[in-house]
Amino acid sequence: MIALLMRDLRLAVRAGGGFGLGLAFFLIVVTLVPFGVGPEGKILARIAPGILWVGALLACLLSLDRIFALDYEDGSLDLLVTAPVPLEGVVSIKALAHWITTGLPLVVAAPVFGILLHLPQGAHVWMVISLLLGTPALSVLGTFGAALTVGLKRGGLLLSLLVLPFYVPTLIFGAELVRRGAEGMNTETPLLMLAGITAATVALVPFASAAAIRVNLR
Amino acid sequence: MSIWEYANPVKFMKTTDKILPWTVGVAAITLIVGLVWGYFFVPAAENFGGSVKVIYVHVPAAMMAINIWVMMVVTSLIWLIRRHHVSALAAKAAAPIGAVMTLIALITGAVWGQPMWGTWWEWDPRLTSFLILFLFYLGYIALWAAVENPDTAADLTGVLSLVGGVFAVLSRYAANFWNQGLHQGATLSMDSEQHIADVYWFPLLLCMAGFIFFFLALVLIRTRTEVRARRLGAIQQRERMA
Repeated sequence: MIALLMRDLRLAVRAGGGFGLGLAFFLIVVTLVPFGVGPEGKILARIAPGILWVGALLACLLSLDRIFALDYEDGSLDLLVTAPVPLEGVVSIKALAHWITTGLPLVVAAPVFGILLHLPQGAHVWMVISLLLGTPALSVLGTFGAALTVGLKRGGLLLSLLVLPFYVPTLIFGAELVRRGAEGMNTETPLLMLAGITAATVALVPFASAAAIRVNLR
Repeated sequence: MSIWEYANPVKFMKTTDKILPWTVGVAAITLIVGLVWGYFFVPAAENFGGSVKVIYVHVPAAMMAINIWVMMVVTSLIWLIRRHHVSALAAKAAAPIGAVMTLIALITGAVWGQPMWGTWWEWDPRLTSFLILFLFYLGYIALWAAVENPDTAADLTGVLSLVGGVFAVLSRYAANFWNQGLHQGATLSMDSEQHIADVYWFPLLLCMAGFIFFFLALVLIRTRTEVRARRLGAIQQRERMA
């Protein structure tokens, strides 16, 4: 399984695997928003948590179809399904690789982008915490959407339609956590809820994804 | 003799052939009586005026929108566990009806909200969660349309309906947390203090029954169409082979 993780990471970093693509997309979203709503710092500071979260979500979505599609095309997914490793484990590893290549860079870059959007000083910590807790759920849920659409020729748009509603609870609690953190309110409830959602999805969704892959490869 | 006998397509077609006219009849009678009663023979309510009448479409549609997804989850489970094709087709047949019910609930809600709340739309938990439910319906329908092999499509949409059901409920409570609502609380709870007056309750009850039978009739018609389409496809395939 570690070998699989290393392979996925290497594939993502090399050969235009879209390693920096999500990050660049994130940057573009953050750059475009001030053009849309005007450069006043007050407004930007108010909407910054939401913008950063929606941007992270879209950046994550952008790379989802790569999780299984390439392996499906060259046939290595068939080998992975028949390998002695349980398919649920393969899915989890794939989600982890996806998170390391898209989620983690976003977490690291978020404070910088927060400065661009005049995110209040105290909220930076919460931004990083919320993304760190929330983005794994995005990756794992993404594997479910990717698994459902893996056999389709033009699954990209359908994938967005399927996955985005699943992101709603994570987005709500993630953005709420930052907003409360920025205003110095009690952050315990959204923090625990966000962590709970992530823990539950990481534990359970791989089973659904694996079931969908088995159906698609039948 | 067990309930699973009706999963046999032949038996299903034969039984529903007999049931269907009755369902349509009951649906028509209850809907017409309920709506006419509700719209013309009920006094205008205090604080609400004539706008109270939207309740006779709004509440049953909202109720069906949620329950149709539940029905889809159940039929999908039956398909996933026991592989009865009729069950999968029933789930497929129900999805567009559910989507339309959700849309009806949203639109009638907006029509009611304009004079009452002074806004067409508000990011209230109930409204938001219905919008999300609508998106789930769209995704479900789109997945059915996108996958070519019918068995694969039935499996995938089945899994989607299960996971989607969990997340629809989760979104509901997350939205609850996110924004305090403008929407009134449960009007139809069974404890007497909150319950609406009988004058409005009886026609509403009739309308709810009407919507249930209306849905039943529609889903039977659509499932029968799906079964026939399946047969047609099988016949065509056999001819091509011959």
